[in-house]
Amino acid sequence: MTALFKIAVRAILRNKLRSSLTILGIVIGVGAVIVMVSIGQGAKAFVEKQLESLGTNVLIIIPISTTHAATRGTTGTITLTAEDTFAVTKECSAVSYVSPGIRTTTQVVYGNMNWTTGVSGTGPDYQIIRDWTLKDGRFITQQDVNAMAKVCVLGQTVVTNLFGTLDPVGRWVRVKNIPFRVIGVLFPKGQSPTGQDQDDMVLMPYTTVQRKIMGVTHISYALASSTTAESRFEAIDQITSLLRQRHRLRPDEENDFTVISQVEFASTVMETSHTMSVLLGSIALVSLFVGGIGIMNIMLVSTTERTREIGIRMAVGAKEKDILFQFLIESTVLSSIGGIAGIIFGIFTSKLVSYYGGWPSLLSSPSIAVAFLFSNMVGIFFGYYPARKASRLNPIEALRYE
Amino acid sequence: MGEFKVAALKGVSLSIKKGEFMAIMGASGSGKSTLMHILGCLDSPTLGKYYLEGVEVSRFSKNELAEIRNKKLGFIFQSFNLLSRTTVVENIELPFIYSKKISKNDIDKIHQIMRILGIDGLQKHYPNQLSGGQQQRVAIARAIVNDPTLLLADEPTGNLDSATSTDVMNVLTDLNHNLGITIVLVTHETDIAGYARRVVVLKDGKVLSDTPSSPSAIPAVQAL
Repeated sequence: MTALFKIAVRAILRNKLRSSLTILGIVIGVGAVIVMVSIGQGAKAFVEKQLESLGTNVLIIIPISTTHAATRGTTGTITLTAEDTFAVTKECSAVSYVSPGIRTTTQVVYGNMNWTTGVSGTGPDYQIIRDWTLKDGRFITQQDVNAMAKVCVLGQTVVTNLFGTLDPVGRWVRVKNIPFRVIGVLFPKGQSPTGQDQDDMVLMPYTTVQRKIMGVTHISYALASSTTAESRFEAIDQITSLLRQRHRLRPDEENDFTVISQVEFASTVMETSHTMSVLLGSIALVSLFVGGIGIMNIMLVSTTERTREIGIRMAVGAKEKDILFQFLIESTVLSSIGGIAGIIFGIFTSKLVSYYGGWPSLLSSPSIAVAFLFSNMVGIFFGYYPARKASRLNPIEALRYE
Repeated sequence: MGEFKVAALKGVSLSIKKGEFMAIMGASGSGKSTLMHILGCLDSPTLGKYYLEGVEVSRFSKNELAEIRNKKLGFIFQSFNLLSRTTVVENIELPFIYSKKISKNDIDKIHQIMRILGIDGLQKHYPNQLSGGQQQRVAIARAIVNDPTLLLADEPTGNLDSATSTDVMNVLTDLNHNLGITIVLVTHETDIAGYARRVVVLKDGKVLSDTPSSPSAIPAVQAL
């Protein structure tokens, strides 16, 4: 067997250009399989993490119409107010918690240290909706909101960058030259599925951010949670009709806001990834098939070219199975080389896709193993016919072949 | 319509003794190639029997015939039939790769055979770097490396000039003489057939004559 393997490898190396052209189809096919699987798995992991980090009953209200986002521009962003969220809390039976939100990016200073980060104004329900525990101290209360208290809760990344190993609770940080007392530290959550550091943030009462930092009256989003995961559609309907009424929209007018459920967002991601998987899957299938035919073609040429060699081998005692294996090994080695090259190509491509396309990709060793196995199978499947044809040659005629 | 069945051999009855050096002669179409193929287990007779060392091999399967070729037969061809782009030593050990793992003993044996045949030192060369005579010696080495019961030489000098032909024929004579290898030689040249000690002439698939070759022929040619 090792001898046959040696013969096969040598035959491949003898025609380097021909061999590399032959495996091109396999390279593309296997590469597409790798990209397909890694993107599919990446999307799945993304969705799972997203659901895990936000929960299945979380709804996001943003003050912009999804259908007219482009034409309305930024004018829509001021339509949502904190009063809207109070109304939602009061009127919508399917909604259990609502937290107004407003975000800005600014510099936070402690002593001679400073750190530029996102400052989020929230309500007390934020902690419950996002299911976020505190590492230390306390969270923002309704009293803080009412009093526009100059207090803040820090994410772990901010703590590390401003305080190092010091305990920040009770200390004062400055934002826009206003001192804020640190009342709590959030438990680290790590990276979000999109790769953002969730701990790089400062939370404050939304009223404080509105008046003291930004000088506005609107909010930029609201987070809500439905009573159960199943009631999220009811909650969306209730919020939609309530906000339409509050915003005095005529029946023929578009919504000036959008309510998205986390689950629906996730399923959109899944759908997109599914579409991509199908697309890549068909590319993979077609190129593996074409690659396989290429291998079959080259093996037919190769066995014909080497008819005399086959005759000589048979004359000195090679059995049918020896010849069969020799050429089967050759086609399999050929397609395996294509497979390995395809795996490298696929890994590279999926890294590129996730880097430039912002699409999550996840490479797993089982998927690589499966792709490799697939390339082997192509070699065996498409190499079998030429190999069998070679093994069935009549030694006398093969020896006479010119 | 269809193919005609042509009987290439009719009622040929031959018995070759161990250690014999026999030549088969005949014009083209006389059936000498067919006889050669049957003796070489490359083909099976449609009728009749072929016993090799007392074993009837004429009804053997293709695989069994391959095994016989591997263990008991050696071939030398007119066109040498060496594997190109394969070194001399790898050509010689070819019968082994279809039967066993090559041992230290086998390597020594190959070396010894190469020495006997005067091609020592060409181990790493490729066939296209060798002369015709050298190539045929490599082919002979390959044919005898498995200690064959029968060595079949099909027009072994057909592609060689007369001096090299003499060389190669002397090698075969020596192998027959010194190592006792049974040789069947197919040729249409009378002087080449003269090296053998028995000449069988075929015509139209039948044995026309089966005679010991004239004793004087051997020394006469050897003297050249």
